[in-house]
Amino acid sequence: MSSLPDLVCPAGSLPALKAAVDNGADAVYLGYKNDTNARNFAGLNFDAKSMAEGVRYAHAKGREVLMAINTFPQAGRTADWHAAVDGAVDQGVDAIILADIGLLDYATRKHPQQRLHLSVQGSATSYEAINFCQREFGVRRAVLPRVLTLAQVEHVIKNTSVEIEVFGFGSLCVMNEGRCWLSSYACGESPNTVGACSPAKYVKWDKKPGAMETRLNGILIDRFGDDEPAGYPTLCKGRFEVQGEIYYALEEPTSLNVLELLPDIIKIGVKAIKVEGRQRSPTYVAQVTRTLRAALDAARDSAERFHVKPVWQAELAKVSEGSQATLGAYNRPWR
Amino acid sequence: MNGNFTIPKFKLPDFVASLGQKLPQWPHALVLVGALNAALKMKLLPESELAMLEDKLFRVRVLDTGGEASYTYRQGLFRPVFRPERDPDLAFAANLSAFLQLLARQEDPDTLFFNRELEITGDTELGLIVKNMLDAVEWPKLPRLPLASS
Ligand code: SF4
Repeated sequence: MSSLPDLVCPAGSLPALKAAVDNGADAVYLGYKNDTNARNFAGLNFDAKSMAEGVRYAHAKGREVLMAINTFPQAGRTADWHAAVDGAVDQGVDAIILADIGLLDYATRKHPQQRLHLSVQGSATSYEAINFCQREFGVRRAVLPRVLTLAQVEHVIKNTSVEIEVFGFGSLCVMNEGRCWLSSYACGESPNTVGACSPAKYVKWDKKPGAMETRLNGILIDRFGDDEPAGYPTLCKGRFEVQGEIYYALEEPTSLNVLELLPDIIKIGVKAIKVEGRQRSPTYVAQVTRTLRAALDAARDSAERFHVKPVWQAELAKVSEGSQATLGAYNRPWR
Repeated sequence: MNGNFTIPKFKLPDFVASLGQKLPQWPHALVLVGALNAALKMKLLPESELAMLEDKLFRVRVLDTGGEASYTYRQGLFRPVFRPERDPDLAFAANLSAFLQLLARQEDPDTLFFNRELEITGDTELGLIVKNMLDAVEWPKLPRLPLASS
């Protein structure tokens, strides 16, 4: 049987990092407090001092720290992204997660010893793309976009020696990571440019009698009745009128949850499972890490008799966006 | 994080809220502001984010007790505002159990928000700053509160 995948958990703050480590993450991923990472939200992330402490804490317990520098350098400011890479190397992180090819090139020339991962934002869905990044930049692991079926993931793994990391749980950024400009359409800023989708300064939650309205830069995205679960204020998860009908035209507010597929994911040789949510609190990190740890350990102990415990599902369903879960693309019939 | 004790989700009966509305509101404000200032004194809150709170008006409303507190942050201190003269920049509303679950780090604010148990209105960016600021606080290990022990 293949070995157990690493559990890679999000850390938006030092308490979140410690929650991940204490609850059984094999690795944590984090970013700087600036637009070099795709969760550039006010008050979130690490400065040099808190990062040093985070690295120390994780390493003392034998866990890895992965640094996300996963946005694209903006014109005239490449030096900021280069500095972020140099800083990550100085901090002694175990790997840097990069999306931009220019940055991969910089990192591999300047720091040939540094382990590099290809970010999900790099949008590499084929083994050809992944093997290219291995040949040119020595990339050791690639995070696959959430668009592939399980059979396609397996096909990629069979045709590359690069480690493969997949998403296991969290809010879905639908179908287009690394290439989505919906947020820019509404407010001129997107994850790959400023490091945030639907930045908070453009978001307005409006409480009306019997309903709550969400607006992004003035554009009405959704209206929730008092008992309806809410979601993040992103365009992809809005309800729109299309040919006279109002519905979630692009995607429903849901979370990805692969618990059911864990034995298959292990069997095909996935190297790491990633949990989304650097924007969430330490409480979420603790809840999700603990649950996935228990599920992975159960799958290791007996793959054949593995079944999803209702308490795991309940715990994950509770913290889910829109309180719904989906297997995402993994079990879709398309090719 | 808090042993085996978990705060259940509960809602106080409606008559509590109507009683609460008749009581003076200032004790809530004083307790809240006192706690925030204590955190300030222990240097638990980061300066860079605090600067963004300057002169903003906040309101916390506990739906099932009918309690409400408004406060602001000015020149390095949180201060109660007894008679707010304008709409708050940021307002939180929830039942008591949800606030307690948040404080005990038993539930995540986004979870409560998705499930419509926590209402946040006003300046969303300010809300995010406050949320992330509180998430990043490393609370000192206090002797266990009676509430949080099993
Ligand atoms: S709009 Fe949706 S799909 Fe696009 S970046 Fe934002 S979350 Fe992702």
